[in-house]
Amino acid sequence: MENQFPNVLKFKPPNIPGGLVLRGVLALVVLAVLFSAWFTIEPEEAGLVLRFGKYVRTVPSGLHLKLPSPIETVVKVPVERQLKEEFGFRTEGSSGPRRTYSQEDLSAESLMLTGDLNVAVVEWTAQYRVRDPYKYLFKVRSVQKTFRDMNETVMREVVGDRSVNEVLTVGRQEIAAEVEQRLQTLCDQYENGIKVEQIVLQDVNPPDQVKPSFNEVNQAQQEREKLINQARADYNQIIPRASGQAQQTIEQAEGFATDRVNRARGDAELFVKVHAAYQRAPEVTRRRMYLETMSEIYPKVKRKVILDEKMKGILPLLPMAGAPEVKP
Amino acid sequence: MKEIRITVMILAAVVAVVVLSSALYTVGETQQVVVTQFGKPVGKPITTPGLKLKMPFTQTVHAFEKRFMEWDGDPNQIPTKDKRFIWVDSYARWRITDPLLFFQRLRDERGAQSRLDDILDGETRNTIAKNELIDLVRSTNRPFVVADDVAELSQPEAAERVEHGREKLTKEVLENARRRTGDLGIEILDFRIKQINYVEAVRQEVYARMISERKRIAERYRSEGAGEAARIAGEKERQLRVIESEAYRKAQEIRGKADAAAADIYAAAYNRDPDFYRFLKSMGTLRESIDPETTLILSTDSELLRYLNSAK
Repeated sequence: MENQFPNVLKFKPPNIPGGLVLRGVLALVVLAVLFSAWFTIEPEEAGLVLRFGKYVRTVPSGLHLKLPSPIETVVKVPVERQLKEEFGFRTEGSSGPRRTYSQEDLSAESLMLTGDLNVAVVEWTAQYRVRDPYKYLFKVRSVQKTFRDMNETVMREVVGDRSVNEVLTVGRQEIAAEVEQRLQTLCDQYENGIKVEQIVLQDVNPPDQVKPSFNEVNQAQQEREKLINQARADYNQIIPRASGQAQQTIEQAEGFATDRVNRARGDAELFVKVHAAYQRAPEVTRRRMYLETMSEIYPKVKRKVILDEKMKGILPLLPMAGAPEVKP
Repeated sequence: MKEIRITVMILAAVVAVVVLSSALYTVGETQQVVVTQFGKPVGKPITTPGLKLKMPFTQTVHAFEKRFMEWDGDPNQIPTKDKRFIWVDSYARWRITDPLLFFQRLRDERGAQSRLDDILDGETRNTIAKNELIDLVRSTNRPFVVADDVAELSQPEAAERVEHGREKLTKEVLENARRRTGDLGIEILDFRIKQINYVEAVRQEVYARMISERKRIAERYRSEGAGEAARIAGEKERQLRVIESEAYRKAQEIRGKADAAAADIYAAAYNRDPDFYRFLKSMGTLRESIDPETTLILSTDSELLRYLNSAK
């Protein structure tokens, strides 16, 4: 290793006796150089060691040795940390359970055309990791900006192939899945060393100006359900009762019918019995019955007029104004 | 003598350091280098990283980026073939493939960016002006997934067929641009449309259309609700009539049957002796109809008073 760079490593300071200051300086330099030979890599990081700018090795987390600076330098890349990019919104900070969002207008990021040439506002988050630190560092310049551009492009491609209804309702999951897959393909193509972990669709909305009319549709939908439910309630209130009432009418008729027939049977039975007795002595029975009836009625009547056969003509003198009933 | 030796040694060391620092240079992983001598390129460009040597003082090192670089287009207002004005924001990835050629033609990145602006903006404009908006927005003729009955109401543009699609059009831009950058020592890896948006005036129109479309759907929901409610109300009315009339019919039938049965029973009994029946019924009627207010006029000839005058 040392033979590779003889000019640098075999440079020895001349031995100067008595040059204390010079010795001190040299000692300091040596110490500094030795210190720069140690380095630690945090658990979520990987260290890439460069020798004169050329990549030589990757080391995992822990304490490591390298040739002192400026021969070897270390670049640390957080390979285990999950990184996040937000589109259409920015989280400013999370105090407790609540997050605060930036008030900045980011509609340029989130406003996009759908396949039916409508406009939707899509906000999303891309979670990713650095899978290949070498590519991440050395293949693409401004990786983060590139990654954002890629996100916006892919999201618009996917949303552009869907109707606004699909984007707003049923298509969410599918969109996220397709963006994730296409984005990974693009990352591989760009060799940026990024592994897309997850695309999460946040708020997907119609543009603010159009929102009220979307709400109106929801409202109308509710209204429709309400009207139908009311009509059903009305139906349910009336019909079972009417059925009951109908049953009642029929039962009443049945009762009437039984009553009628039973009475007829009773009357008939009575007649038959009386008739049988009558037939045994018709003349007497008939007369008896007549006289019995009469003697029953007679005392009840207050006003009685008795006419003798020979005294006709009294009738017109009777005061008929009281309209009393005349019975034969 | 000793001091002279020391002085010489220090001097030699300083000279060595100066010379070395001029002769040695590092090429980073992200760099590629062109070495020139008095402005004239020397040897092949160096694309491998590491510690390198050159002639001190006379040679100069020009480092260039080796990674893919971004080109971010300015948002441009462009009319499509179907005369819709849209904002188009695009980006491209490019890199320096031939540092020497790049150095000669474009000098530096700024030069390259401005040349890329010319080429890519121009090609974008050409391609967009030749195509309809739908071709830029959609990539395929994938049929929309119909969520519910709303969707079929709101696809006035769904019938528009995509002839090329976004991917093909961006490839077209990319290929045309590549043809024009071949002799510049650069390669465009990819070109993409990042954003397409309506210009403000068109956007308002689109919003108005979206609103009216939603209103239409809302109206349909409302009239559907009213219609369904009316249907149920009608159904209720009909059902009510059916139930009530059915009950009436059944009741009358039952009563009729009972009346007929009663009539038969009465007839069967009374037919034994109609005359006696008449007599019996008359007696019953008399008993029931005579009350104290009645004035009774009786002849002495009557059965009851026959014996009023005499006992014969």
